[in-house]
Amino acid sequence: MSQFLQQIVNGLSLGSIYALVALGYTMVYGIIKLINFAHGDIYMIGAYTAFFVTTYMGMSFLPALLVCMIVCGILGVLIERVAYRPLRKAPRITALITAIGVSYVIEYTTQFFMGTSVKTFPKLLPDTSWVFGPIKITYIQMVIFTVTIVLMVLLTFIIQKTKIGRAMRAVSADENAAKLMGISVDNTISMTFLIGSALAGAAGMLVGLYYNAASPLMGMVPGLKAFVAAVFGGIGSIPGALVGGLFIGIAETMVVAYGSSLYRDAIVYAILILVLIIKPTGLFGKNEREKV
Amino acid sequence: MEPILEVTNLSKNFGGLAAVSGINMKIEKGQLVGLIGPNGAGKTTFFNLLTGVYEPSEGLIELNIDNKKKQIGGMKPYKITELGLARTFQNIRLFKSMTVLENVKLAMHKNAGYGLPSALLRTSKFYNAERWIEEKACEYLQEVGLYRKRHELATNLPYGEQRRLEIARALATEPVILFLDEPAAGMNPQETDDLTKLIYHLRDKYNLTIVLIEHDMSLVMSLCENIFVLNYGQLIAHGSPDEIKNNEFVIKAYLGEEI
Repeated sequence: MSQFLQQIVNGLSLGSIYALVALGYTMVYGIIKLINFAHGDIYMIGAYTAFFVTTYMGMSFLPALLVCMIVCGILGVLIERVAYRPLRKAPRITALITAIGVSYVIEYTTQFFMGTSVKTFPKLLPDTSWVFGPIKITYIQMVIFTVTIVLMVLLTFIIQKTKIGRAMRAVSADENAAKLMGISVDNTISMTFLIGSALAGAAGMLVGLYYNAASPLMGMVPGLKAFVAAVFGGIGSIPGALVGGLFIGIAETMVVAYGSSLYRDAIVYAILILVLIIKPTGLFGKNEREKV
Repeated sequence: MEPILEVTNLSKNFGGLAAVSGINMKIEKGQLVGLIGPNGAGKTTFFNLLTGVYEPSEGLIELNIDNKKKQIGGMKPYKITELGLARTFQNIRLFKSMTVLENVKLAMHKNAGYGLPSALLRTSKFYNAERWIEEKACEYLQEVGLYRKRHELATNLPYGEQRRLEIARALATEPVILFLDEPAAGMNPQETDDLTKLIYHLRDKYNLTIVLIEHDMSLVMSLCENIFVLNYGQLIAHGSPDEIKNNEFVIKAYLGEEI
């Protein structure tokens, strides 16, 4: 039992990171119906930015986190402007392939400048941990929970209570009507990329610290899993991304703990297939028939 | 007095079809203007040109702001809204999953002067701006009689109230000219009557110029001071309600000709 609880805690911390990344997928999909395959690489850039500012500039945790979020946010906006905006009116498949292209560009540019070797981080956080009855929570896990919760609360606040969030919801519901009510669709889309990518940047730094590693291709698999999490929760739904991320994190940890780490990824995708068969729109997805 | 909106030789072609061709029109400030015509005459296309949904194929649309003429044809819709043109839609296009209040608040986007940083830091600027938006939005809802339903989802309102919510939302962009696309469509006589009163009231209170497309002739004839008639994309007549009623071209367009 105590091992089970301990695995839940481990799963939640991994899941929080998936959730942060999944939010970016879901927000971008919600607003321009694009699956941004470069999103996992933005997360990788987050880890590298963290590595860079902590190793070479000696920043401590919080300022480094802020810098990561800002750098990744700006990168997200740039990608949208350069790669996706010119294709806004093009068929969706064109934008999708472009997203895959952007992903490769980021991966191999990073490889070119930083090399292929795995980078390790300086010691930023103490090794202390807390014991609550049968479970042990490490300092970095506590940090992951705190950062995730704070960012989720901020995001919910922005989306529900500010004009920026209102504009985002309106553009996602009816782009043309939003335009005619005085909303700049371009700015709103940029804002979505900014916020989604900043969240991925934070996730990248957290995961870099958690595993103490950053490498140019580290974004591929977690990026795909976060995408699975977003689809699982119902792509386009923000609570869905959160629940999906946590679920995938826990499921993966459980498989490693009680099954075999060999089947870890297979199980995650099997869950996805099951969900898509039983409820094609995901847990919180809206049942919307797509017009062909 | 200079007209507030002047349209010169405006055309829009879709492939070989001239949906709107060579329209000239002057609209005076403070007028209630009606735009009528048989189905497919190009009325909604004309609205779409004025509000920036379509780019004109030809011609000028000039808006008079503080005695300065500004060409707005082909500008982005949100810029045109900023300049003071607002509209409602023939098929209601509310944001269905938002509440009534949020629909109105959304339209005040351009006048809510704060950005992401102050929202994140929750500065007093953010709070003041949001409080102002809330008060203003409630005021607009009171005007159209939906204040008590402000927390309901837009999609749950009955049809007539959805139409009024669209008007409130358009008002919230603080327009100088308000375009209403078939505001009375689907309303019963009582609702149409209330709508007439509402339109008069809003014009006087907010100093608006109102242009409306309508098929309900009794509404158009009693409300509008100036009527334009479109047929096959062309302007075939304009004048006061009495002039329009007796215009032979209009009668032909609506009733057909003897063969």
